[in-house]
Amino acid sequence: MCLAIPGRITEIFENQGMRMAKVDFGGISREACLAYVPEAAPGQYVMVHVGFAISAVNEEEAARTYKYLEEMDQLAEIQAETEPSSEIS
Amino acid sequence: MKYLDEYRDDRIARKIVDEIRRIQTRPWVIMEVCGGQTHSIVKYGLDYLLPEGVELVHGPGCPVCVTPLEMIDRAHAIARRPDVIFCSFGDMLRVPGSHGDLFQIKADGASVRIVYSPLDCLKIARANPDKKVVFFAVGFETTAPANAMAVWQAKSQGVGNFSILISHVVVPPSLTSILQSPANRVQGFLGPGHVCAVMGWHEYDAIAERYRVPIVVTGFEPVDLLEGIMMTVRQLEQGRFEVENQYARAVSRGGNEEAQRMIAKVFDVCDRSWRGIGIIPKSGYKLRYEFREHDAERIFEVADIRTREPAICISGQVLKGVKKPNDCPAFGTQCTPQTPLGATMVSAEGACAAYYNYGRHLVALGVSPGGV
Repeated sequence: MCLAIPGRITEIFENQGMRMAKVDFGGISREACLAYVPEAAPGQYVMVHVGFAISAVNEEEAARTYKYLEEMDQLAEIQAETEPSSEIS
Repeated sequence: MKYLDEYRDDRIARKIVDEIRRIQTRPWVIMEVCGGQTHSIVKYGLDYLLPEGVELVHGPGCPVCVTPLEMIDRAHAIARRPDVIFCSFGDMLRVPGSHGDLFQIKADGASVRIVYSPLDCLKIARANPDKKVVFFAVGFETTAPANAMAVWQAKSQGVGNFSILISHVVVPPSLTSILQSPANRVQGFLGPGHVCAVMGWHEYDAIAERYRVPIVVTGFEPVDLLEGIMMTVRQLEQGRFEVENQYARAVSRGGNEEAQRMIAKVFDVCDRSWRGIGIIPKSGYKLRYEFREHDAERIFEVADIRTREPAICISGQVLKGVKKPNDCPAFGTQCTPQTPLGATMVSAEGACAAYYNYGRHLVALGVSPGGV
C-alpha cells in the first residue's frame, strides 16, 4: 500500500486552489497534487503515492547508487586478480 | 520506466548477492518492515538468492493487514447505510469483516466506490450534496499527508458532507514493540522507504541506538532490497548499529517537511490497536478536535462495534517476525486469500498472502511450485 511510483511532470496547473500536475508514468498520464513538493517543475521526476507527489527524485543520488555499484564491481575484479583462490562460487 | 527498470537489473542483483556472501560470516535475522518490500522479496524470490545464514522475516508494515477486524466491521456498518457513499482504496474491498466484504455489500445495493486518491472523494462529495461521502482512511505515514489534505480541503472549502473513518498507524512504535518482545529474533531492519520519504529517518536514530540494531532505509525494487540487506549485513558484521539510507534518491534525512506540517495540523497521535498484535501506545493518528465534523466514527456512532478474532491464527507472531507463514497448520489449507483467517492473509502485501500467491504453500505441502 505504501508504494510510490516515479513519474515525470509534463504539465502544471491549478485546481481548487491546489498546485496539480500531469505526471507521465512510462506512457500513462495521471494527475498528482504538488502541494508537498512546491519547488517541482516540468521535466522533473517525483515519487507519487495515492495522487500526491511525496518527494522529488534526487537525480544525483540516483546516479550515485550506480557509481557506487560500478565501483563495487571494479573492487571485486581487483580482489579477484590479487586473491584468486578466495573466490566463492 | 526510468528509476524503476534499472533497479530490476539481474546482473547488478547477482553482484550484490555475491558481496553479501563475501562479507557474511555468521547467521543473521533481518526484518523488512514494509508489506510492499515483503511482496517484492517473495515475488522476485530474493530470499532464495541469499546465502543460507541471512534470514529475512516479514514485518508489520501492511496497513490493510493490521487494520483491526472491528474497524472493518465499523466500515461495513457505515457502508450499508442508504444515505452514504462509501469510498475506499481497492485493496480494502475484499477484506472480510464478520459478515462479508465490501464487494458483497455493494452487490446488496450499497454505494461503494474505489478511489485512486482521497481527493477523488471530495469531487464525489461536491457532486452528491444529498449524500454523506465517507472515505476509509487506512495507511501508514506515507498515506497520511494525502488523507490529511482531503480533510483540510473539506474543512476550508466547506464540503460538510465529507468525512473519514480513520485507522492510521505509524511505524516506529511497532519496531519498538517487536524489539521489546522476549521472543524477538530480529537483529536488523530494512526501514520503510516511502514512510521515510515523508517522515525522514531521524525518528529511527534512538531505536537503533537503544536496541543496538542497524536500520537501513530501503527502497522497493530488487536491487534496492538486496543493497539494503548488504548494508545491514555489513553493519552487523562490523558491530555497528546506525541508521543508514539506501534509498537516497527518494528519501532525505528530514523527510518532506511540508507534508509533516499538514499531518500535524490535521492529526493527533493516539494509541491504536493493530490486528494480530494488540494495542501499541502512541502508534497511530486520530483527527484533531477542530476536524470532528469530518470524523465518521463520531458522526455515525460506530465506536461501540467490537469484534473478536479467530483464535487459531498466528498472524501476530508472523507480524513480529517470530514465525513464518509456513509454520502455521492452517496456511494454504483452511486459510487462503479467499478464506483468510487473519491479518497477514487479507491483503496481497501480507506475508501469508504473498507466500500463497507465489506458490509457497505448495512447498509447505511438499509439492514443487515449478516456475516460481
